[in-house]
Amino acid sequence: MGAEFVQLSLTPILIGTLAAIACALPGNFLILRRQALVGDAISHVVLPGIVVAFLLTGVIATWPMMLGAAGAAIVAVILIEAVRRLGRIEPGAAMGVIFTAMFAAGVLILEQSDTSSVHIDVEHALYGNLESLIWFAADGWQSLTDAAALADLPPELPRIAAVTALIVVLMIVFWRPLKLSTFDEGYAATLGIPVSVLGFGLVIVAAVAAVAAFDAVGSIIVIAMFICPPAAARMMTNRLERQVLWSVVFAAISAILGYVFAGYGPGWFGSDNAVSAAGMIATVSGVILALAALFGPHRSRIGAPREAAIKS
Amino acid sequence: MSEFIEALLLQSGYNAALVGIGAALLGIAAGAGGTFMFLRKRALVSEAVAHATLPGIGIAFIVMVAFGGDGRSLFGLMLGSAVAAAIGLFIVEWIGRRTRLAEDTAIGAVLSVAFGIGVVILTVIQTMSSGRQAGLEDFLLGSTAGMLLQDAIIIGVGGALAVAVVFLLRRPMTLVAFDAEYAASSGTNVRLVDFAMMGLVMAVTVVGLKVVGLILIVALLIIPPVTARFWTERTDSVLWIAGAIGGASGYVGAAISASMPDAPTGPIIVLVSFALFAASLFFAPNRGVVAAAFRARRFQVRVHRRQGLLALARGEAIHDPFTIRVLRREGLIRPDRVATEPGRAQAAKALRDEKRWEIARGVYQDDSVSGRYDGLTPIETVLTQDEIAEIDRRIGPPVAVGGAA
Repeated sequence: MGAEFVQLSLTPILIGTLAAIACALPGNFLILRRQALVGDAISHVVLPGIVVAFLLTGVIATWPMMLGAAGAAIVAVILIEAVRRLGRIEPGAAMGVIFTAMFAAGVLILEQSDTSSVHIDVEHALYGNLESLIWFAADGWQSLTDAAALADLPPELPRIAAVTALIVVLMIVFWRPLKLSTFDEGYAATLGIPVSVLGFGLVIVAAVAAVAAFDAVGSIIVIAMFICPPAAARMMTNRLERQVLWSVVFAAISAILGYVFAGYGPGWFGSDNAVSAAGMIATVSGVILALAALFGPHRSRIGAPREAAIKS
Repeated sequence: MSEFIEALLLQSGYNAALVGIGAALLGIAAGAGGTFMFLRKRALVSEAVAHATLPGIGIAFIVMVAFGGDGRSLFGLMLGSAVAAAIGLFIVEWIGRRTRLAEDTAIGAVLSVAFGIGVVILTVIQTMSSGRQAGLEDFLLGSTAGMLLQDAIIIGVGGALAVAVVFLLRRPMTLVAFDAEYAASSGTNVRLVDFAMMGLVMAVTVVGLKVVGLILIVALLIIPPVTARFWTERTDSVLWIAGAIGGASGYVGAAISASMPDAPTGPIIVLVSFALFAASLFFAPNRGVVAAAFRARRFQVRVHRRQGLLALARGEAIHDPFTIRVLRREGLIRPDRVATEPGRAQAAKALRDEKRWEIARGVYQDDSVSGRYDGLTPIETVLTQDEIAEIDRRIGPPVAVGGAA
């Protein structure tokens, strides 16, 4: 755990952990509101967003791409809502229509335009490039106090840290109305809470988290972190406060263990080649969810069907 | 353009023709199979099934290489993906049944974790000593370029089999999709039929891997049924229209893709079906947006006409510009807003109808009569001539409206 670790692994682990937490926090509310697949839909439409942003600006730069992705996410949310209302179609199917069509359009534009000279492709969008976010200037733990070395941190780190902080602040500020409207929308509305604005805001925050995390870690982690840590946390407790804390813990464990397994795991089996960190982080979060589903203290539904009660 | 026509007429090569026919059969099977999921409101379960195939593909490749095979045999990879899809489906069902999590959470968890595992396995394969370019990434978005003849045959036969299953099981599946409880009470084995539906979705996914790819196959299962729903209110028609839309999307999409450079088959097929969806959303009769707007407008005119006539009858001034426009257009008032001859007649009739309704609602206090009062329904459509005559007797003789009185 010396200089090499700080240089190669510290920043990816930090970025992965922060991205996981940024996604898991809004995920808690999404799964309770039966909107768990919003994360899936958003991460599909991010691709057309960044492709269009690239075509408009002609450069691979972070800000235009993040704006493009966020714009695409908002367009998708509006289109899904429009299709649902205009066509009187159930929300799941409306979502399926829009995000697949937008993703297909993104792939087609990508193939049709001349992007061969730059590094932008579908696989990169899916897997991210967590492994490459290394801290060149670092030569040991003492670099953490060295201003010159700190200036060379991968720019993804401060960015994802800022987004995570923003989400934490938003959650604390809007905690009470958010909690109320999630569990009892009708009651919240009678108290004068603007429930539909709040719901839309939640989706936007989820989109911001997804786009920021996507930039650093790819869309697999985004979808997995929206759902798996909060779902596992849901089976640990009946209190929302504790559920959120559990989900943060699970998200952090997934990111750290996943990165370590991906980077060092193959070595334990005598192979020199690392495997995909993004895929491994998603896998670890799935293992945590499986353990929670099998052994979590609050895993079954209250008033579950008798069949289940007898068996367990 | 001529290349496109050639591809449509199956003239651009044996392989392209096979891909076109295969894509059409796949589209029919997907549209029809997806209809059952859509009607059962479980459209997105197929999203989990599709993503769950990725680890299966990877493991099948590794197993085939370990046994000294080529590893790229489409049949072997399809077998592996089918097993993985079945496991993914089982986990979705298990989470939904045995834990407190909702189905959408189960779907999201399975699809993301399975995809993560799949990506890990793909990176393992990339570093395998065999050194062969596995090309498994092609299954993400589909790739029909350089497809082998035997692959095309597998896809064609698979698609045809799926269509046959839809045809044979359409009755019980329609019944279960439409009303599972009724189906159970009339002796249908709902669990078995559900199982067959899922099997169909899995078959479509596995067959579609090579053509459309696992990320977009879900579109072929969702978009055609949603589109078909705009055109009909009948379950069995939805089934066949969805099949037709899916088949047309597959066929036309494959033809476009064959006649254009850099046009991947999967996304093109999805976009063709989306174009059909968008057209239906706006222009379908009855359920389409244009038809609905038209209907709303007609209703608005009826309301304003009625209210305007009542105002005329009661001698009240009309201020609403839209009401004035409606009455002017039908020649019921003069430009100075005084009622014309036909206007006075119709106003008197409207007022009389209103009075008739008032009495009818007092006499018949059941919903079948009073419940139909909305200020627009003519009373003649609800009561018989004799009943109206009896009401008129109570009201007394007609009273002239306007200046004549």
